[in-house]
Amino acid sequence: MEIGLGHYLTVAAILFVIGVFGIFLNRKNVIIILMSIELMLLAVNLNLVAFSSFLGDLAGQIFALIILTVAAGEAAIGLAILVIYIRNRGSIAVEDINLMKG
Amino acid sequence: MTSTLSADLALIIPELILAVGALALLLVGAYRGEGSSRVVGIGAMAVILAALYFTVCAGSAETVHGFHDMVVIDGFGRFMKVLVLIGALAAIPMSVDFLKRAGVDRFEFPVLILLATAGMMLMVSANDLITLYVGLELQSLALYVLAAFMRDDARSTEAGLKYFVLGALSSGMLLYGCSLIYGFSGTTNFTDLAKGIATLGGHGASIGLVIGIVFLVAGLAFKVSAVPFHMWTPDVYEGSPTPVTAFFAAAPKVAAMALFLRALTTPFGEITGQWQQIIIFVSIASMLLGAFAAIGQTNMKRLLAYSSIGHVGYALVGLAAGGEQGIRGVLVYMTIYLVMTLGTFGVLLVMRKDGKPVETIVDFAGLGRTHPWLAFVMASFMFSLAGIPPLAGFFAKFYVFLAAMEQGLYTLSVIGMLSSVVSAFYYLRIVKVMYFDAPEGQLETPLPLASRIVVTVTGTLTVLYFVVPGALVAVAGAAAKTLVR
Repeated sequence: MEIGLGHYLTVAAILFVIGVFGIFLNRKNVIIILMSIELMLLAVNLNLVAFSSFLGDLAGQIFALIILTVAAGEAAIGLAILVIYIRNRGSIAVEDINLMKG
Repeated sequence: MTSTLSADLALIIPELILAVGALALLLVGAYRGEGSSRVVGIGAMAVILAALYFTVCAGSAETVHGFHDMVVIDGFGRFMKVLVLIGALAAIPMSVDFLKRAGVDRFEFPVLILLATAGMMLMVSANDLITLYVGLELQSLALYVLAAFMRDDARSTEAGLKYFVLGALSSGMLLYGCSLIYGFSGTTNFTDLAKGIATLGGHGASIGLVIGIVFLVAGLAFKVSAVPFHMWTPDVYEGSPTPVTAFFAAAPKVAAMALFLRALTTPFGEITGQWQQIIIFVSIASMLLGAFAAIGQTNMKRLLAYSSIGHVGYALVGLAAGGEQGIRGVLVYMTIYLVMTLGTFGVLLVMRKDGKPVETIVDFAGLGRTHPWLAFVMASFMFSLAGIPPLAGFFAKFYVFLAAMEQGLYTLSVIGMLSSVVSAFYYLRIVKVMYFDAPEGQLETPLPLASRIVVTVTGTLTVLYFVVPGALVAVAGAAAKTLVR
């Protein structure tokens, strides 16, 4: 069987949906949310690289590299915010993030 | 493409000033250590003023493309950039007193504002999905840190965490949309996208492209906090330090709205039918939620968060109407919204009771007797936000609804007007509390000077706007003409 564009797009779509559900369904740990965010971004990268190769156009791969760079910065800031959050609350359970609601 | 690097760089002088200025001030702060927040704050305001000068005065008045069409400098961008810079300029002095009393007057605050502003400027002139994403992230990463700026305060850190998680989620959706748009059209450039879609005719949008547009709209709706992607707004606005909330409600919202307008009209103007219904739905939902959810609120910042969701709904009425007139309506709306929001938050920042910043509506009780001038300005902001003539807020709503009526969007306009009637309830309740309830406690004096200046200027503009309503409309109309061709 030939592996074509459709297969790559399907894998990327599945990974993206897993990432989105990881953010919404997980009740235990904020770290898992950070992992889910990374998963979403990597799904997008897979999409872009697959399209780039299929179209024979480099813009998609450049876009993917830029996303990788920004994702690293985003993870750094996310973890930093998480650290100060733990210092204040002593817990990173998602169900404890409830000081404000309504 | 025969553009040279120096010609390209000359196009983005305001952005360069902001970026280089932010880094230079970071060094100044790092070398001078603690207690340098004052110097860095003044320096940051000078940097923003310089950027403002180069945005308004330098460069040609025509539409110029640079960096191989990655950025575009046009009248629309210039208009929105001026609004963004004014929002940032007001946010710095307003924050000084609050942060000093909270014990977090660090030099990083103005630097972060400058970096976020640089990102917003890039967003406004983005003419490519890659530029759009880079600008958006540069803005967002700085804003996540600003939300968690009071790092010993549980609510501020929680606001930062929530903003980060939901902001990253929205970036992911936006990127997924970008990847689909790229894959199904073969380009990330707005101009090329428009050309490609135009050659295919009105039915040129493939299913993949439409799904991409939907994801893109979802991501952008997150950034402007439109329903159904608004859930982060009340929590983040309530938890963040008040000056940060004032900044969030002003500059980033204007920049995200500019991005929204450009990302839909420039590349996808030919296939308006594919996204217009989504915008109409989002607009109606935002207006209704903004009107009804704010009724039960007791916290002022939370109430203003719902109010801002509603105002985004009104501004999107203009985008739904589309065309030059619709875009002009959005531009007028965002300008007046910026002025009113800065003023309202300025009033909040002026007031302190019992050593704490004022946050609840009850704290406004009897303000009409104790501080008649402040109460009068606050009342005019509230009447203006509710859209009561002859204040500025009425004209803002007038121009978007006018555009919608001319396009035959009667249902949208009627729902909008009815929801503005409902929202008048909670704005007028604040006026009632100020003038008819008995005063409780004393405000701490002296009132901070910087916020008082912001309140006075914005209050004057709001009250006296009706004297020369044509000037702003003419400028906004000229700016809108450059976006819609």
